[in-house]
Amino acid sequence: MTLKLAPVLSRAWDEQDSYTIDGYRRRDGYTAVRKALTQMTPDEVIAEVKESGLRGRGGGGFPTGVKWSFIPQGDGKPHYFVVNADESEPGTCKDIPTMLANPHELIEGIIIGSYAIRSGHAFIYVRGEVTHVVRRLLAAVREAYAAGLLGKDILGSGFDLELVVHVGAGAYICGEETALLDSLEGRRGQPRNRPPFPAVEGLYASPTVVNNVESVASVPSILRNGKDWFRTFGSEKSPGFGFFSLSGHVTRPGQYEAGLGVTLGELLELAGGIRHGHRLKFWTPGGSSTPLFTDEHLDVPLDFENVAAAGSILGTRALQIFDETTCVVRAALRWTEFYAHESCGKCTPCREGTYWLVQAYRRLEAGQGDEAELEKLLDICDNINGRAFCALGDGAVAPIVSSIKYFRDEYLDHLRHGGCPFDPARTTVWAPALTGAF
Amino acid sequence: MSSTEIGMPVVPPKGYPQEVRDRLDRDADAVIARYPVDRSALLPLLHLVQAEEGYVSGDGIKYCADKLDLTTAEVSGVATFYSMYKRQQVGDFHVGVCTNTLCAVLGGDEIFAALKQHLGVGNDQRTEVSAEGRSLTLEHIECNAACDFAPVMTVNWEFFDNMTPEKAKQLVDDLLAGRPVIATRGPAVCSFRETERILAGFEDLREDAVRGGGSAGPESLVGLRVAQARGETA
Repeated sequence: MTLKLAPVLSRAWDEQDSYTIDGYRRRDGYTAVRKALTQMTPDEVIAEVKESGLRGRGGGGFPTGVKWSFIPQGDGKPHYFVVNADESEPGTCKDIPTMLANPHELIEGIIIGSYAIRSGHAFIYVRGEVTHVVRRLLAAVREAYAAGLLGKDILGSGFDLELVVHVGAGAYICGEETALLDSLEGRRGQPRNRPPFPAVEGLYASPTVVNNVESVASVPSILRNGKDWFRTFGSEKSPGFGFFSLSGHVTRPGQYEAGLGVTLGELLELAGGIRHGHRLKFWTPGGSSTPLFTDEHLDVPLDFENVAAAGSILGTRALQIFDETTCVVRAALRWTEFYAHESCGKCTPCREGTYWLVQAYRRLEAGQGDEAELEKLLDICDNINGRAFCALGDGAVAPIVSSIKYFRDEYLDHLRHGGCPFDPARTTVWAPALTGAF
Repeated sequence: MSSTEIGMPVVPPKGYPQEVRDRLDRDADAVIARYPVDRSALLPLLHLVQAEEGYVSGDGIKYCADKLDLTTAEVSGVATFYSMYKRQQVGDFHVGVCTNTLCAVLGGDEIFAALKQHLGVGNDQRTEVSAEGRSLTLEHIECNAACDFAPVMTVNWEFFDNMTPEKAKQLVDDLLAGRPVIATRGPAVCSFRETERILAGFEDLREDAVRGGGSAGPESLVGLRVAQARGETA
């Protein structure tokens, strides 16, 4: 066992006041922002984050410091710092507990990031369906204002920052950064053409950084401990730590904060393995938009490069784990229905394509038609993948193409049986455990 | 008949009475002041009018349009895009059951089926008002970012973790009977309309509201517990 966990953001979540400013200050909270604002220039902050190698934790993996460096300086326009807290990718459940238990580390990262890009106005765009997270964020922002960490002349540095908690209203697509910006402008959340990129024309057509919650919350620890400390975790090209969120048919689901490059096999050891009496069948490395893995992939290091080399995407490290009782057709159909529901309607391949996929899938699951239905599914996928306006379309086809690749026979079984050969009652958490079956 | 059903043309809304407008204006002006550009206030304002009526009515749309100098068509276009804005009156409680793949497989499908039967309503439908004067709207929802607590339910978008059909039926019975209900990770549940005002960006001033549910749920701590047991820190 060589795996070492790295509880950084989660280091004090077991303290009863971890979400308060007092609780956060007890663990060196708001020391990094003091260092940044009083001892470093904005460009030095950007350089430190850039050299730490921190890459976006929202799924894209773009280097955070590089993104900050794209903001033009001396352009006379206001700059905006926007946190993408619209966590909605199926399987992804790391930012919500972070904001519940540790909102101040996020706020400290926002102040540092805003200072770095010379922004005087920041926003947390949080999805609407999480009332308690909104409570914690509103309270934390109030505390930060009262402590002089937001508002005018922060810590006597002359730097001013307003921070607004902006609550969304139920739209997966708003996790796409340009759709998020349209939504934040009070419009339907539909993606924009790029270029221009948000760094040039973002919110109100002004230079804007959009960063994921976990990316921003990782910044204070980098400034506290240094970029070299950060690089002691993870790998050369995927430095640092992150949450690995295990869910599904696993003995102890939950959040495991570890260096990038850990494997599912290692994580399962810590999590007590697949639920008793069962075995791993398929899993997502980073949410439903990342192609499925199977038990062949237990030893793939979960970092950006190795997951890509194995044919998937690291994404949000949302490891949804399914055992042999689960029908992969049922799983992929449900995800497909999700994408059809969440397609914003802007572009034809995604709007029409996801609708057709659902129709074809429902026939397949019901065991209707013949093998040509499978080819039709793949053909529709081929007409969506890479042809949609944003990544939602690519995400929609990922579980379909990968599940057919690994489990083609299971699709054909539906046709042979005239329906699903699986018993859905066996997949539930309250299904009686099998004894002696394996 | 609601305006979403096909029928006779809907009469244009007259708008809220003056005393309602005066009361809403205090909150609405505070919302608008948060933003460099007024139109950014539209999403929170729609939450605010939903707090007033339990759904986004024609009057609510007109109110938002008037406040932001938009047409009612522009506001309708936004309101109908987002699934949290309801076009029919929501009950005292909005009850969600996650039926995205992970939760569905772990039992969400069974929970949703059990609740439909138990309550005698379908998806996105409201129950009759109970003897205690309460009603609720049942809806299957998409992934709510709590997969390690699956199967997951929500009441007014508060977390109810690790649910079963039995716990789900007890939960809705308690809600309809007016018994106090406390979220797994959150405080005692308030009404849907009170919740919508929080989502418009106004703090929940009830004592213990922020503290409710503790810092983190048990599943959020499993990795930390392992690290502590093995003496690993970062």
